[in-house]
Amino acid sequence: MSSQSRAQSGSDIQDRRVTDGRISARWFPLFMLLPALIFILVIMLFPLIYSLYVSFTPYELLKPNSLNFELSRALRNYQKLFADAIFWKSVGNTIVFLFLSINLSYVIALGLSQLLARVTRGQGIMRTLLMVPMMFAPILVGFQFRWFFNANVGLVNNLLYSLGLMQERGQIAWLVDEPLGMFSIIVASIWMNLPVLTIILLAGTLSLPQETFEAADVDGANSWQQFRFITFPLLAPFSYIALTILSLDISRAFDIVRIMTDGGPAHRTELIWTYVTRLAIENTKFGLGSAMSWVTVVLAVAFTLYFFRQLVRSRVVQ
Amino acid sequence: MKPGETIQRRRRNQRFLNLLAWLILLLMALPAFWIVLTAFRPNSEINSWPPVWVPQELTLDAFATMFGLNPEERMRVPVESYMRNSLLAAGISTVVAVSIGTLAGYAFARFRFRFQTAAFLGIMLSRAIPGVALSLPLFILFNQMRLVNNIFGLAAVYIAMNIPFSTWLMDGFFRQIPQDLSEAAYIDGCGYWSAFWRVELPLALPGFATAAIFAFLAAWNEFQIVSVLSRSAASRTFPPGLFDFTEQFTFDWRGMAAMSAIMMVPAIIFVILVQRNLVSGMTFGATKG
Repeated sequence: MSSQSRAQSGSDIQDRRVTDGRISARWFPLFMLLPALIFILVIMLFPLIYSLYVSFTPYELLKPNSLNFELSRALRNYQKLFADAIFWKSVGNTIVFLFLSINLSYVIALGLSQLLARVTRGQGIMRTLLMVPMMFAPILVGFQFRWFFNANVGLVNNLLYSLGLMQERGQIAWLVDEPLGMFSIIVASIWMNLPVLTIILLAGTLSLPQETFEAADVDGANSWQQFRFITFPLLAPFSYIALTILSLDISRAFDIVRIMTDGGPAHRTELIWTYVTRLAIENTKFGLGSAMSWVTVVLAVAFTLYFFRQLVRSRVVQ
Repeated sequence: MKPGETIQRRRRNQRFLNLLAWLILLLMALPAFWIVLTAFRPNSEINSWPPVWVPQELTLDAFATMFGLNPEERMRVPVESYMRNSLLAAGISTVVAVSIGTLAGYAFARFRFRFQTAAFLGIMLSRAIPGVALSLPLFILFNQMRLVNNIFGLAAVYIAMNIPFSTWLMDGFFRQIPQDLSEAAYIDGCGYWSAFWRVELPLALPGFATAAIFAFLAAWNEFQIVSVLSRSAASRTFPPGLFDFTEQFTFDWRGMAAMSAIMMVPAIIFVILVQRNLVSGMTFGATKG
């Protein structure tokens, strides 16, 4: 949030309320923040730092004595990881997945929000329908699409067959073939992302000042020009807020992939999040898994920071 | 071109737009409908080839099997246990996290202090930490403290995970309340705490409800942490419980659909309740700094 306006509103209060018998202006906010800070420090920050420590050790669950730090071997996990072809494959897959999933989700949501803003009938029901995917836990999204894309009993193949586009049962192995597996998980993630993105962009579109569009109409701008030069730039803060919310949850893709393909077959849909689980939980190599975890943390924080910065900047421009 | 024609064309365009919107949204909502419908269909129809599109009969078999009322089917999923654990973890973490988030949100919305921006950003970024990354060290630490397989240990993690978003939402809701009210309270002799407790908090209660709904659903739907921290059915919640219906090569699609339908109940209730507050809750940050 911009510190300018915060500073303004804060000092107003503090000027008027110089002293308080019970608790001073200086300590009250800290007192209010304390429980939140304690929980986050104890349950998130401390374990995270601990996992950084573990990542410098060769710790394996079944060898309790392996949790000891030796300076000479500290970076061994990272060396192993960076020499691991599957690790790089999972990184590549994750980049492809995030790039396509986020961009396509955003473009579709943008189009849908423009469409919904122009709809004249049944807006209420439409909004409810739009929220249907929000009722699904990510794990349910994964289950649902695993079933839809199932080769033998899935909705997609059944539909293709009934429409006469497919001859035999199980002809297209959506979750197995390359690149169909990646395609399927991207479709699932877009379906999951759409409601929040569309709702925010729709709210943004409806809040834009009507006079600007009337002026543009008078100047003879067509609807594409109005969208391109008025709506789209003015929506920037809403776009970035939607993308910031989305980036907080990018690891939800793990839930989807875990149930749809579990990274397989042959690591074709392996993402960094599924690979962490494979290394750490299934192979009980906690040291190596912790090193990998830190890759996911850095990625998530970088994403969130990037969109958050853009959000702050887009507000300053306005 | 006559003016009448233009109006007619506009009307035709509008009708086309409405139709297109309906089509897309129905397509988006269809999967949910299909899942619920499948929960009530017999297995023979679900797995039949060629596909049966129109249900010939509806049955409660899947739910009977799940709750152990079906003597013929031996597969038994401990749904009651999952439901109890899900309700406990989500309920406890919601009440605690939203209360804590309300305090923090108030501090951010109404006061200026050192490291404010840094603290705010730090809290928000902690929300971005992937569950998979957090679950591993938590497992190691909880293992030493005998908190693995403990539903209260899980609830504590969910509290921490829900604090950031609750703080963010409450910060926004408090900013929408005019400052004159708290200032009037100060003039009337209220301290900071009583101005918060007696004047501003009651006005922010709709926001509190919205934050609670988000927190409840986040915990209810969480999978990454619980799948590592709970090693037995006794402490498992619904999301990892879904895997009870899978074996190496067979999936009990109907059973999963039935459990999905049960899992969606709170979300359906909440989405209906929250609809109006949802948009204002999420977009305030775009316009107000």
